[in-house]
Amino acid sequence: MSRHALSVRSLTVEFATARGQARAVDEVSFDLVPGERLGLVGESGSGKTTTALSLLRLIRPPGRIVGGEIRIAGADVLAASPEELRRMRAARIALVPQGAMSALNPVLTCGAQFEDLFAAHGERGGAARIAALLASVGLEPQVAGFFPHQLSGGMKQRVCIALAVALRPSVIVADEPTSALDVIVQRQVLRTLVKAQKEAGAAIVMVGHDMGLMAQFAHRIGVMYAGRLVEIAPVRDIFADPRHPYTRALIESLPDLERRGEFRGLSGLPPSLLDLPPGCAFAPRCPRVVERCRVERPGPTLLAGGREARCHFAAEPVHAG
Amino acid sequence: MPVELRGARVEFGGGLFGGPRKAALVGVDLALPAEEPRIIAVVGESGSGKTTLTRLLLGLLRPTAGSALWRGRELSSLGGEDWRAYRREVQAVFQDPFGSFNPVYRVDRMLVLPALTFGLARDEQEARALATTAPAAVGLRPADTLGRFPHQLSGGQRQRLMVARAVMLRPRVLVADEPVSMVDASLRAAILESLWQLTREAGLSLVYITHDLATAYAIADEILVMRHGEVVERGDAVAVIRRPSHPYTRELIAALPPPDPTVDWGLEKAEE
Repeated sequence: MSRHALSVRSLTVEFATARGQARAVDEVSFDLVPGERLGLVGESGSGKTTTALSLLRLIRPPGRIVGGEIRIAGADVLAASPEELRRMRAARIALVPQGAMSALNPVLTCGAQFEDLFAAHGERGGAARIAALLASVGLEPQVAGFFPHQLSGGMKQRVCIALAVALRPSVIVADEPTSALDVIVQRQVLRTLVKAQKEAGAAIVMVGHDMGLMAQFAHRIGVMYAGRLVEIAPVRDIFADPRHPYTRALIESLPDLERRGEFRGLSGLPPSLLDLPPGCAFAPRCPRVVERCRVERPGPTLLAGGREARCHFAAEPVHAG
Repeated sequence: MPVELRGARVEFGGGLFGGPRKAALVGVDLALPAEEPRIIAVVGESGSGKTTLTRLLLGLLRPTAGSALWRGRELSSLGGEDWRAYRREVQAVFQDPFGSFNPVYRVDRMLVLPALTFGLARDEQEARALATTAPAAVGLRPADTLGRFPHQLSGGQRQRLMVARAVMLRPRVLVADEPVSMVDASLRAAILESLWQLTREAGLSLVYITHDLATAYAIADEILVMRHGEVVERGDAVAVIRRPSHPYTRELIAALPPPDPTVDWGLEKAEE
């Protein structure tokens, strides 16, 4: 048995397109210990959601996991048979979806959806167990008798969280779980998620693009760019001393109530996955680019404190720029 | 005052089946000064009435009571030429950079057509010339954008083209309803910056409608906080953020995650 709740090695996912194979996730590796919260950030198309959904093997054609290894508490996800995979989902790794609005079955009461889940995994449900789960996300027991349309967005997302932790999985994957919610509800739902995750002892991979939210939620942050995990580090280190220029740009682009009338965005666009530059994928937008970056793709540089960055200059701090 | 709302009230419902009438907007005043460009941010959550307000300003909806004015005249009384002038002076940028384009036409059409319609160009050739210079205003290279179909552009490029289109028409007022909520964080700053610069350079006023207090603060001179169709707090942006007087404003400020992991936001605490 591994001491890791989740271990991902060289995960590679490709999508077949009319113009060739697009590598959406390129040799991504990371580990999570039980109870750890990892935030995966990046722009749309960076591969963060594809990485997260791969953990549950939820990639559909034309997408395909073409290589790598995923282990959840030691169990091999990619080698699992369809039946083993079915039993693994929800019990070992669960998903909190992005749109709670459409994730619940509209014609079943919430209680019935819990019963379905227990039945599918050969467990006994019952009103008391469901009430306890609902209580753990701050909902009244009566909610079991409600249909999804009778609940607000925040309540629906709490039901989804209760469903995700119901079978005490080792890993929870949360795909922008609060992006569809109002800001005030967002904080309450995140609190609920943190509480439920701690009680279940689960590790979380949360996908998001809001670095501010991640600063508060995650223990560690993984930054993705053009399918590659370009930096991964504990949250305080990455904010205090980012080692990849893209990470710095993401942090600087945050609006801040301390700074007004200042915009520090990033110029340019991410490259097409079908036409990646030969060297570093970030080189065309990078403020500290040198000739070497355009020809040589940077491998991972391991740094003190379990940090890692894929930049030729990762050993030096990125200066404000 | 190019655009002004006075005691605007909007109700929905009632009608044929006599359902309950609900007020989406209650007694809202909003005025954009004619003399100097100004950025007013309207901040609210879903159901606060901010989209109803957008629709009033754009003349897409009439107030049930109160008035929506352009140069001191009721929008609903404008006819022919005046209506056209108003439609040119008051431009809109909407939330969804995917839904604002007709997918079967090249994006150029979206620049060429209004140039002709609003009489900025006398013929197709002039309109094309205008369309070619427009993207530069928002930091886009014409070569990267013109001649393409919407699906060939990223969300950020599309949204900036919408801004470019609006600005090309040399409006006095730009109403932007959540213009950056669907684009990536790194591009968000770039779009906000181009909006901010335009108000300074082109002298146009901006009504920035958003749920995001942080970007509102970054860009606006004045902030209006809306809740359930009412303006609960308004004032100078710095004052509203630094010394909020309404409890709801304070709640919104507390709901912003501090973008600094060393500041405790209280996620680990038990629920209140």
